[in-house]
This record gives sequence, C-alpha cells and structure tokens, in this order.
Amino acid sequence: MAIRFPIFMDYHSTTPVDPRALEAMLPYFTEKFGHAASRNHPFGWEAEKAVEQARAEVARLIGARDPKEIVFTSGGTESDNLALKGAAEMYREKGDHIITTVIEHRAVLDTAKRLERQGFKVTYVPVDKDGVVDPEAIRAAITDRTILISVMFANNEIGTTQPIAEIGKIAKGKGVLFHTDATQAVGKIPVDVEAMGVDLLTCSSHKIYGPKGIGALYIRRKNPRVRIAPLIDGGGHERGVRSGTVPVPLAVGFGKAAEICREVMPEESARLRALRDRLQDGILSSLDEVYLNGHPEKRLPHNLNLSFAYVEGESVLMGLNKEVAISSGSACTSATLEPSYVIAALGVGAELAHSSIRYGLGRFNTEEEVEYVKTRTIDIVNRLREMSPLYELAKEGVDIKSIQWKAQ
Amino acid sequence: MAYSDKVIDHYNNPRNVGSFPKELAGVGTGLVGAPECGDVMKLQIRVRDDGVIEDARFKTFGCGSAIASSSLATEWLKGKRIEEALEIKNTDIVNELKLPPVKIHCSVLAEDAIKAAIHDYQEKWAKSAATAARS
Repeated sequence: MAIRFPIFMDYHSTTPVDPRALEAMLPYFTEKFGHAASRNHPFGWEAEKAVEQARAEVARLIGARDPKEIVFTSGGTESDNLALKGAAEMYREKGDHIITTVIEHRAVLDTAKRLERQGFKVTYVPVDKDGVVDPEAIRAAITDRTILISVMFANNEIGTTQPIAEIGKIAKGKGVLFHTDATQAVGKIPVDVEAMGVDLLTCSSHKIYGPKGIGALYIRRKNPRVRIAPLIDGGGHERGVRSGTVPVPLAVGFGKAAEICREVMPEESARLRALRDRLQDGILSSLDEVYLNGHPEKRLPHNLNLSFAYVEGESVLMGLNKEVAISSGSACTSATLEPSYVIAALGVGAELAHSSIRYGLGRFNTEEEVEYVKTRTIDIVNRLREMSPLYELAKEGVDIKSIQWKAQ
Repeated sequence: MAYSDKVIDHYNNPRNVGSFPKELAGVGTGLVGAPECGDVMKLQIRVRDDGVIEDARFKTFGCGSAIASSSLATEWLKGKRIEEALEIKNTDIVNELKLPPVKIHCSVLAEDAIKAAIHDYQEKWAKSAATAARS
C-alpha cells in the first residue's frame, strides 16, 4: 500500500473523527437540531434521546453503573478543573488537603496550583524512574484533612500506567475521594470505575476518534455519592453540575466513538502494540544510546517515548516534520521553553528530556508507515549525531558531565 | 513553528560541519552552551599567519535554528580578518535567518561561539609568541 504523506503518528495529541462517528453526528447539525433540554416538543425529545444514548455509551466504556454518572463538559481540561475545583469547594468544610503527582497533565497541576493560592494544601507525590507512582507514597501523604486524591490513569508523554485499582482501594479505605484523569487511557485500555474504586474520572472525545469540543466527567452516585460544585452557573443542565446547552452533535459523535472503541479495543490494542514494538525494536537495534522513557511494560500499547542521546528533539522533528507528525519533550517545542517536566521527573537529566521524541500510534497507522518512520528516524539521528559536538566528545571518551558547562 | 527558508537550507545542507585538530597551530576552538539547556555549539577557526581566517568548522547540538546559526557563522567567518570577525553581531544572524524572538538565544550562542574561538586562538598565539621569545 502506498504511504500517504504526511504520516500522523501523534495520536496522544488528538485523533481524527472516525467516519462512523461523523456519520452518526451529521443529522444532528441540521434536521435533528433540537435542544436536549426542550422538554415539550419532538425536536427536544429527539435530541434528548440521542444525548442519553451517547451518555450510556460513555458510561459503558468506563464501567459506570449508571449513565447519570456521566456529565458532559467541553473536554478533558474542563473535566479536570471541574473535578478538582468542584470537589475542593464542596468539601472545604471537611478538609483542605489534596494529593496529586508531579507528572499530571497541566490541567490538573495548574488547577492544583490555583487551589493552593486559594488556601488549599497540595502534596505532589513523585514518581520512580519509570514514571510509576508508589501507592504507599499516596497512603503516607493522606492526613485527616485530605479530601481528594488525583492520579492520572496513563501519562500523555511516556504512556506509563498507574496502579489505579490499588490507589482506589487506599482512597476508599481512608474515606478520601479519588479522581483519575483517564484522558489517554479511556478507549485504549480497559478502564472500570467500579472495579478500580474511582470516584471521579476525566475523559475526552477527541482522544478516542470523536469530535473535539466535548469530554466527560464521571461522578460517582453511589458508595459514596459524590457531590461537586459547578464551575459554570446557568440553566442547570447536566444535573446542575454543568450548565450550558449540551452540544448534541458532539455528544452523539462522542458516544458513537466510545461504542466503536469498546468493540475494537482488544483487537486494536494488540495490533498497535505489535506495531509499537516493531518501531521500538527496529530503532533500538540500529542505534546506540537510545533510552526508553516510561515503564517497559506498564504502559499504553500505542505509546513510544525515546531519548536519543546527543541530539536535540526539535532538530529531529525538523528533519521529519514534512513527512511525519510526532512530538518532542524538548524545550524548543514547548510553549514554556522548558523541557518536559514529565521526563525531568524521571530523574534522567535535562539533556535527555531535550532529546526525547514521542510516537503515538493510532487506528489509521499501517505497517508501511511504521517501517518508514523507523528508517527515517534512524537516518536523521545518525545525521544529527555526525554534527553533534556531544557525540564527538562521547566518542573520544570524554564524560560530558565532567565538563564545566556555562549555562546561559 | 514555521522556519524561514534560510534556516531550512542550513539545516538540510549545513556548511562546514566537522572538526580541526584542536592542538593544530592557528586553530581556535570555542565550545559554548550546556547540554541541560538543549544547546551546545563547537565552533573552530583556522587562522593564517597574516590574521585572516582561512577556514571554519562547527558541530552543534541544538534545534534547527541553532544549527543554522552556527552554520551561517562559519560561512561568514571564512576570509575575514580576526578584527572583522569580532564585529559579527547576533542581530546580524537574526536578520539573515529571520529568527523569531524565541530563537534569538540561538544567535547569541553563535556570537558567543565566535568570540570563544577567537579568544582561544589569541591565547594560543600569545602563548606560542611568548615561547618563541624565550628561545
């Protein structure tokens, strides 16, 4: 099969809408345009039925007992904000302490920082060299003032998955609410809020081949019944937790995407794992001093994050970016001009964070594309190493850490 | 980020990549930046007895703009007298490569590398002149 360029291998950032999801959405833009909260005419009934069906599909994908536990939001960022701020406000009387980790998405970390400015205390639990959180460290951080634990299900950069069920058990035992940002995990690997003891869960439509602009927050209604203060006040939609007209076509697309993910997950995750392993093995067997970031086994099947020592990540992307869409933890590719805090948290050193490349495989990647990306990566890294003073020094046997560098 | 055509050209066809033996007479070496900052440049000049830079080499660990800045610097250095080379400013590199504000540090690093290489050459020259005077 001929390869179509550019190749998209950045599925952690976003995904295209699955054509089946798009097809399901289309009527709801035009002839079925009703407002799901219009209770008194067929246009409203039709829209409401479609939204409730979508809600049930999202609930089913994450093992929620009741579709009422799903609240539609604008996406993962809003869901994270709603979970943290909403729980903080609702349970302020009970306590003022929140536990999270150093590798959370910015939507959690920056929300936690804002809550700190408002007087809450936040503990940021570290991770080990593979990016795994120790559940015992979470347990040790719990005080009688702790109201919420927020630990991501799978990391968006390194793909490491966390011991969610263990943390859920600890949280339950201590009577503390447990939120997980499962944006990267839902639809890709099994997620079960009941079996894993999750009270609040964030997920997003555009990461699972649904449309951009919609996500969900799962809010447990039983054992315990979790209450969340809204961020947005208004018409009282979504059981009063999230006012604002539900975007019916987006909800329908999200629901259809969730249904497809649930059906294809076993086959799709196995296929992507095989492709990912092929990419990883091919690169590691052809280049020296390439390091895997993240846990070798406890990780998303479609994620690969490698640091190519002695070459800078953006320069690798530049060599590929007309042909292949991937991303890097290099400072030069971030809005903040700081290298990836996730990779820095692994303790590998900032220089390897600058040298990191993330490959995110997805539904529409082919074997031919993987072969191409593998070959091109190897070529470019070799070429850049030939012009790298660090590689030259290393080959001369100089320990780069022994040099007194003058940081700018 | 969109790169200018000139940055892309230097990235795809870097000029004067390589190394001179550091100990060679007339060779000045500058090594600037830091790996943890994501930029390291090694820039070398080979200077004739009459003070003209006859050749230059570079190796750079860094983004495309850093590679382009150092590649351009080696191009400009060739044929210049030391005192002329010292007049190359980072802003000249910014203008030539149309670097956006976030990439200005790449040009600063290239200017530092030029100055470091010249400084190294001058120190070496002074040392050998002193040795010659003593003998």
